[in-house]
Amino acid sequence: MGRYVARRLLQMIPVFIGTTLLIFLMVYSLPGDPIAALFGDKAADPATVARLRHEYGLDQPLLVQYWNYLTGLLQGDFGQSFTGRPVADLMADAFPVTIRLALFAFGIEVVLGIALGMLTGLKRGKFIDQLVLVLTLVVISIPVFVLGFLAQFFLGFKWGVITPTVQDSMNLGQLAVPAVVLGALSLAYVTRLTRTTVAENLRADYMRTALAKGLPTRRRIGVHLMRNSLIPVITFLGTDLGMLMGGAIVTEGIFNVQGVGNTLYRAIQTSEGPTVVGIVTVLVLVYLVASLVVDLLYAVLDPRIRYA
Amino acid sequence: MPDKTTVTPSSVAGAGPGQTGSGVDVSAPSVAAASELASMGGVNKPRSLGQDAWRELRARPMFWTAGILLVVLILMAAFPFLFTGADPGHADLRNHYLGDPQWTHLFQEDWFGYNKQGQSVWARTVYGARASVIIGICVTFAVTVLGGFLGMIAGYFGGWWDALLSRLTDIFFGIPLLLGALVLLQAFTHRTVWTVVLGLTVFGWMQIARVMRGAVITQKQADFVTAARALGAGNGRILLKHILPNAIGPVIVVATIALAGYISTEATLSYLGIGLQPPAISWGVDIASAKDVLRDAPHVLLVPSTFLSLTVLAFILLGDAVRDALDPKLR
Repeated sequence: MGRYVARRLLQMIPVFIGTTLLIFLMVYSLPGDPIAALFGDKAADPATVARLRHEYGLDQPLLVQYWNYLTGLLQGDFGQSFTGRPVADLMADAFPVTIRLALFAFGIEVVLGIALGMLTGLKRGKFIDQLVLVLTLVVISIPVFVLGFLAQFFLGFKWGVITPTVQDSMNLGQLAVPAVVLGALSLAYVTRLTRTTVAENLRADYMRTALAKGLPTRRRIGVHLMRNSLIPVITFLGTDLGMLMGGAIVTEGIFNVQGVGNTLYRAIQTSEGPTVVGIVTVLVLVYLVASLVVDLLYAVLDPRIRYA
Repeated sequence: MPDKTTVTPSSVAGAGPGQTGSGVDVSAPSVAAASELASMGGVNKPRSLGQDAWRELRARPMFWTAGILLVVLILMAAFPFLFTGADPGHADLRNHYLGDPQWTHLFQEDWFGYNKQGQSVWARTVYGARASVIIGICVTFAVTVLGGFLGMIAGYFGGWWDALLSRLTDIFFGIPLLLGALVLLQAFTHRTVWTVVLGLTVFGWMQIARVMRGAVITQKQADFVTAARALGAGNGRILLKHILPNAIGPVIVVATIALAGYISTEATLSYLGIGLQPPAISWGVDIASAKDVLRDAPHVLLVPSTFLSLTVLAFILLGDAVRDALDPKLR
């Protein structure tokens, strides 16, 4: 187990370097000079521009810049945004909000998705199954930003159940609707995935054996069926947590949640290189760690899988 | 779009081993009898992947629902003037967005009202179909070719090729599609449909590559590959004539299912202002500009949103049907 984790962690290094390099190259080879943009409409003083470019290391070749960035990163330094604020500071403001939002959405998706999936998988072909299937199809078809506006229009403007935009980004009550919108698509996927695997495993030999042994229904469904059906669902959930944090761009924009998505979107629009690279780097790390955790969870759920 | 599903598998069938009819001299009576038997539903004639899929597909109501939606959509994209006489670019501020939509004026210029610029919402919705359809289909095609090619190389040649390409796939997998496309497209000050296709392709090929790699690895150990090699076939011939037709099934399934996602992502990009730009007519652009008047004139936002959702739904249904038809294990 320990050796497996060590090997996986080592394998992460080239992927991590590759992904950050890719983002770095894309961000910094963009046309348009972020330093000149700092001056707005006014003509920039060439000497000041040159000094600032030197200060941010923008006068060096791209690969040298990347190397400097990477060595800074290893010491926990995410660099400075062009407005002079440390990127680590910016992220310390934004990440707690988005982590709340994403975990909220994730919780809804896990609890409701698996529950609905189990229900429909066990009652396959019944009315409730058909109803939930159609509903998931509708949810999958509606793009997130449309879903967000629907929620904002009906719940916020028309019925006045919620404030149309979030006033306090750390307030869990206000984050509820954005979290539902953010998690809706994944919720539908989790439901469908669970339904399929449950329906499939219900016909498995071990389920018949469990029934023949006279095990109570709760144990057959709760232990035998659940444990075997959750493996593909966990795979999906693992990659999804990172996706939720990255996908918050749209939801946070609609509901004015001051999280990573909003910060990232603004940074992309204003060519704020250091901020974009910093945030994406953290998102990539979340994704890599989540996929490692998923692989380790396999061994917990399925004793046939052993990591040497 | 129904053309695509039926054409692609049958063109696969043309390369596959199931093709027997065309080369046979039909005038010989016994063969004619046999083919007649086969057409009556006899089991003697081996059916190809494409024929199998078609038999499965046409029995499904989902497929026909998706088909009808898609035919309307394709017509809208190809010949928008059949649906509306109004010019989507024509703006007349006397047509105020606060005026109620005339729901009873079916298919008239004003049945969905006007947007903030006084343009007909219906006309813009009809003309907006083109961007979505073109981008969805082109990205799916490009991703299938690029991902399929890389996956085939990695799976067939193995070793260094596989290690290199698999790491490359991992690297790109670390960046979500929307995020990567946002950063890349921001670099283009002037964006067209083709720029968006490029952006989505660069960050969309990985899943196809993985699926293709897996399928090729399974197929390359098959006896018919050894047989082909023993007969002196080169790598190119083995790959294209023997492995590809047998490995393409799961790839088509994944590609069709992903198509709906590309349409949705394009709309999201345009909505965020980093996809298509305003002179271009696209549902995403229209929804973005309608969000400011959501409170007073929700129909300006809801009409293109409904069409967008229906389009995504149609492609999802198509993807589901194709998956069920091509991959009986997933049923």
